Amino acid sequence: MQATPEFADLRRKLRRFVFPMSAAFLIWYLLYVLLASFAPGFMAIPVVGNINVGLVIGLLQFVTTFVITTVYVRYANRHLDPAAEKIREQIEGAA
Amino acid sequence: MSFLAQAATPQGVGSPLLNISIFAAFVVVTLVVVFRASRSNRTAADYYAAGRSFTGPQNGVAIAGDYLSAASFLGIAGAIAVNGYDGFLYSIGFLVAWLVALLLVAELLRNTGKFTMGDVLSFRMRQRPVRAAAATSTLVVSFFYLLAQMAGAGALIALLLQIPNSNTVGQGIVIAVVGALMITYVMVGGMKGTTWVQIIKATLLLIGTAIITVWVLAMFGFNLSALLGQAVEANPQIQTSASAAPKELGERLLIPGLQYGASTTAKIDFLSLGLALVLGTAGLPHILMRFYTVPSSKEARRSVVWAIWIIGIFYLFSLVLGYGASALVEGGAQRIATAPGGTNSAAPLLAYQLGGEFLLGIISAIAFATILAVVAGLTITASASYAHDVYANVIKKGQTSPDAEVRVARITAVVIGIIAIAAGILARNQNIAFLVALAFAVAASANLPTILYSLFWKRFNTTGALWSIYGGLASCVLLIVFSPAISGRPTSMLPNVDFHLFPLANPGLVSIPLSFLLGVIGTYVGGKQPVEEGKFAEMEVRSLTGAGSEKAVAH
Repeated sequence: MQATPEFADLRRKLRRFVFPMSAAFLIWYLLYVLLASFAPGFMAIPVVGNINVGLVIGLLQFVTTFVITTVYVRYANRHLDPAAEKIREQIEGAA
Repeated sequence: MSFLAQAATPQGVGSPLLNISIFAAFVVVTLVVVFRASRSNRTAADYYAAGRSFTGPQNGVAIAGDYLSAASFLGIAGAIAVNGYDGFLYSIGFLVAWLVALLLVAELLRNTGKFTMGDVLSFRMRQRPVRAAAATSTLVVSFFYLLAQMAGAGALIALLLQIPNSNTVGQGIVIAVVGALMITYVMVGGMKGTTWVQIIKATLLLIGTAIITVWVLAMFGFNLSALLGQAVEANPQIQTSASAAPKELGERLLIPGLQYGASTTAKIDFLSLGLALVLGTAGLPHILMRFYTVPSSKEARRSVVWAIWIIGIFYLFSLVLGYGASALVEGGAQRIATAPGGTNSAAPLLAYQLGGEFLLGIISAIAFATILAVVAGLTITASASYAHDVYANVIKKGQTSPDAEVRVARITAVVIGIIAIAAGILARNQNIAFLVALAFAVAASANLPTILYSLFWKRFNTTGALWSIYGGLASCVLLIVFSPAISGRPTSMLPNVDFHLFPLANPGLVSIPLSFLLGVIGTYVGGKQPVEEGKFAEMEVRSLTGAGSEKAVAH
């Protein structure tokens, strides 16, 4: 079963999404940690009132986390679940 | 200098009797729930995985309950109140970490395993050595996490029940009561009962913090900038000890670097901590075990999504709580830092400032409930790992009945509970922050590389897993022992001796990459394993499609 084209396709779909996405959020997070530790001056630039760049970037980390979560769920529902279900039915139906 | 006068006579606030009564009400309600849940506990899958019958949203709330420990609730609010922006950095690491769990771990793990991390590894590797290794790292992580929670209980008691740190017997009795309650939950309720305790606790925690957050924001006309301005204005400086020079706060509360910006070493240390936080979550055994309480991988995904939203919103609340405490509590950051219970007192003091004794009582009860629930979650994980991996599969080589296994798990839960009580009493006055960081660092170094390799890498084999787990574990613990967190600094655990060799308090920056590397080297040293690679094919199909995975128990 692992060698069938259907399964290879499912695996490709999963990896094509989760690997680049994981790399992206880890780099974005590390960039944030590096900015916070080595560029506090930049983080201190005021944006509105007492709200500075650091707070905005920090809150953006929350936003990206929520967005990535939502995007992944939509992708999984549309592309991964139907393919996985088809293969599972084939296997469990045969057994 | 009125704040100095206040600092000189730190006082507990509120009424201990009220705090205890509200907490007692929580205990009664949860015990009833646990006893009701225990009626349907029959099989091993019931005890360890609640019959896999929770829905995604229920499990998501329970995950949040397991994850938002006292360190999150009291610790982060306190860190923001006293160290400003640097406290906020913690919460971001704790949240972003969930994406690792969502994208790479949760669903595949749910499909592959049964009860523990050892199940996933032993799917395609030699059972006994990898189970022993997985159980070892699970027990170590759980122990450090437990120790931190129990030590946190001590600090909380000092504040809320007004039992001073000098009263060892008094605090010891309260810690023992907390421990005994936790053992009852786990013994009687198993995973199902424990999960309900988490759900109740997480709901109370969210409601409690939401009320305070809205209250604080309303006082500033829902203007975050005005709140920050007040926090800056109210705290020009802080005197952490009588001998030290006062530290400037003011504007610096809003800028990173107050806690970790002093030197390049401190900055690298923070980077190391950040790495451990973001990679540790998906390796925490009590979180991993939660994925087995749902019927399918799709529900596992839904539960992580719920957890991410709840945890994210909670950390946004804690930002307001933290700055709110430094802005509104009389005496500000100075009073918070020197109150009994230290910075952990920020949220309770803020509650007292806003809603008097009653709100303080509620928040205190929630804080106790938090410790109790997290400790129960850790205990069931550690006992499951011992009974299922070590007892049933390593010692008895799989020749044991599920009933006997569950009996061993229950006994183990009692033993772990007693150890936790004793350790908690001993660790009462220790700095607990590094214990939590250590638990995350060990989880990130010992567990995560092996989990990822075994889910995604075909060639990975037993040798690689053993090198990665034991190498990550050993390097992490050794680096901690020889770090400034243990010796050589006034803030160390043993301030009077100095055997520190490693400059960082957090080992993650070294031990996490090392463990990933050891996994690769070990795999190539182990050579090609055609049998294990063949099983990987089977495992991969199962992990991606769910075919043949453990099903829900029907009652």
